[in-house]
Amino acid sequence: MADFTSGFWDLYIIVITVLAILGCGVLLWSQSTHKVEAGSDGTTGHVWDENLTELNTPLPRWWMWLFYITIVFALVYLVLYPGLGSYAGKLGWKSSGEYQQELAKADADYGPLFAKYASQDLKAVAADPQAHAIGERMFLTYCAQCHGSDARGNKGYPDLTDKDWLHGGEPSVIKETIMKGRNGMMPPMGAAVGSEADIENVAHYVKSLSGLTADPIKVSFGKTKFGACIACHGPGGVGNQALGAPNLTDKVWLYGGSAETIMETIRKGRTNTMPSFQAFLGDAKVHVLAAYVWSLSNDPAPANLAAAPGVAQK
Amino acid sequence: MTEAATKPVVIRMYAAREEIYPREAKGRYASLRWACVWITQIVFYGLPWLNWNGRQAVLFDLGARKFYIFGMVLWPQDFIYLAALLIIAAYLLFLVTAIAGRVWCGFACPQTVYTEIFMWIERKIEGARSARIRLDRQPWSADKLARKSAKHLAWGVVALFTGFSFVAYFAPVRSLLANIGAFALGPWEWFWIGFYAFATYGNAGWLREQVCKYMCPYARFQSAMFDKDTLIVTYDQERGEPRGALNPKATAEQAEAKGDCIDCNMCVQVCPTGIDIRKGLQYECIGCAACVDACNGVMDKIDLPRGLIRYSTDNAMDKKWSAKRIGQRILRTRVLIYTALLVLIVAGFGTALALRTPLKLDVIRDRGSMGREVGDGMIENVYRLQIMNTAETGHTFRIKVSGIDSVKLATPDEAVLDGASTRALPVRVQVERSAAARGSNHIEFELTAVDDPSLTVREKAVFIVPK
Ligand code: SF4
Ligand code: SF4
Repeated sequence: MADFTSGFWDLYIIVITVLAILGCGVLLWSQSTHKVEAGSDGTTGHVWDENLTELNTPLPRWWMWLFYITIVFALVYLVLYPGLGSYAGKLGWKSSGEYQQELAKADADYGPLFAKYASQDLKAVAADPQAHAIGERMFLTYCAQCHGSDARGNKGYPDLTDKDWLHGGEPSVIKETIMKGRNGMMPPMGAAVGSEADIENVAHYVKSLSGLTADPIKVSFGKTKFGACIACHGPGGVGNQALGAPNLTDKVWLYGGSAETIMETIRKGRTNTMPSFQAFLGDAKVHVLAAYVWSLSNDPAPANLAAAPGVAQK
Repeated sequence: MTEAATKPVVIRMYAAREEIYPREAKGRYASLRWACVWITQIVFYGLPWLNWNGRQAVLFDLGARKFYIFGMVLWPQDFIYLAALLIIAAYLLFLVTAIAGRVWCGFACPQTVYTEIFMWIERKIEGARSARIRLDRQPWSADKLARKSAKHLAWGVVALFTGFSFVAYFAPVRSLLANIGAFALGPWEWFWIGFYAFATYGNAGWLREQVCKYMCPYARFQSAMFDKDTLIVTYDQERGEPRGALNPKATAEQAEAKGDCIDCNMCVQVCPTGIDIRKGLQYECIGCAACVDACNGVMDKIDLPRGLIRYSTDNAMDKKWSAKRIGQRILRTRVLIYTALLVLIVAGFGTALALRTPLKLDVIRDRGSMGREVGDGMIENVYRLQIMNTAETGHTFRIKVSGIDSVKLATPDEAVLDGASTRALPVRVQVERSAAARGSNHIEFELTAVDDPSLTVREKAVFIVPK
């Protein structure tokens, strides 16, 4: 994107900058000597208020040279680095380049550590206290915004500490979820289910599937209308991890288990996105992160990993 | 002004520096200055080599953002101590200046100390003052070239060693030395060694009094700390004037009329800033007392009492006070206030340092949810505890929450941290619904080292019960 909306302002800044610097030089040069009407009494010849005179106490000459050096430095700097309008500078320096360099350095520093874990089995990584600590930090940085610091989720964001998984809880599936992201899609089913009464009946049936209190009459009506849902949630409502369709027979609810909430879900559908971290974190880091997430609902080692030591700072 | 005086002339606003060839001063104050050179340089050059607890005793590790000072490790959060230290140093300087003028400048300032070392080298290679003047006036010869190169080489070596010692405060000295040998330093280490060496060489070798006169900010405002009772190096006008050479043929009457100053110019020749102290107090005077030493030597030779040039005060000169009276005036209001402030700050600093806990805790409430209901009527909030163990030893810490009845931790209440490590620990806190009011409630986290109960920190937090 251009820095300025019109070429004029670019030029305007360049001209002012260059003129100001050259102006300083001219001023310095013109003021380094002075022609005065002076006596031999060591004064500059200026007289104020009848008899006030100014002694000529010259500054050190190296000081003047420092001024000149400063001017040369400024000009060289403006040639090499960005500073003159939108001129990019001979060295092509950019702040984003600086950032990339730091990133590359960090990757070089920590790369071997992640590479070591990347070659290990996910369950083995999960049992490693150091990897656990790293995973915990990554989780707090990248995942806690949605899933909470304790990984127990929020409304609309799955709890990662229970045994219930939308797409499967195998370590490799968790890794795939983090790498590729997921799109949870429940289409609006209002029309397919039927009338408002039908929707309410189905909601009560769904409640009954997980053993919640429900109106038995509505449940029996709802059962007949549940056919619209079978394609995804299966005939018994046990869900389908291949599709990411939730199991409706457990007590885990992504949005809530009240009849109203379930009716709303049926009517309007739900859309959920878990972003993909492949490009951002890369395989090696996700490997450690996935191991950590898996360990949240499994016990990878008898050792108490919750007491894993903090990451030492040298 | 007369007609003759007003003809146009060109004057220069910038003048070349005039070389000053200070004569070596010998005496009480010169020895004192050398003592200061030895003490400061043994400390400066030696400190990086000292070890403590298996690490360098004093190391400012900027990369890891840790300052190691003997038994203490300061983190960025402890920056306030550095600020306090600087304030103390400043007050100490003010106090000393109010009492004794620019003694810091004359005896302990690095500029003075390194100039003293560089001048010593210069004397050893180019000879005493007159020899140096002669050498500089000579045309170039093999001898002059050899002497000049030897001097600059020696200066360069001292400067480089100084630069190296400086960097050794920021990078471990032993590996620094090994890496220099192998030419394996990073660009910044080379830069700083070179930069500091160059600054030493330039300041102590070339600029010298120019630094004190034109660059030093302290020289500009120290006069604000001066008053008429401040000790200054001063020439006793009354006793010295009228000055004039000793004349063995003078009559007793003539000798009586003449002052004690024999106009030998020794005091001018030893002055490192090239001034004549007999013209009175001048801003260039750094209070080094070289002229005192010189004049005392002269007085000894001509059998007159010492002290024609001496440390005295404006008031004492005007009113002919005795040394005792000068001493009494030291305890004046200004000095007492400076002292009181200094004592106060030092005491506060010492207490704060002694009470400092090498453990820090920040509590961050999860923003994602206000608070959730979990089984059996409990409300749960999630927090992230940011724990910093700034001690050098590891500990197991026990976490406690308090503030509401029935408040409890639902996650493990112990956390292990290595020495000098940080950890973000997610914890869940539960409260019985009936025990807390809706909205926000105050709770407090307490972190205690299991093996050392004195290591305890508390931090307030808010527990939210949803409506
Ligand atoms: S006048 Fe005396 S005390 Fe002052 S700088 Fe010169 S030698 Fe030192
Ligand atoms: S050294 Fe003492 S005697 Fe010699 S000129 Fe200076 S004040 Fe006079």
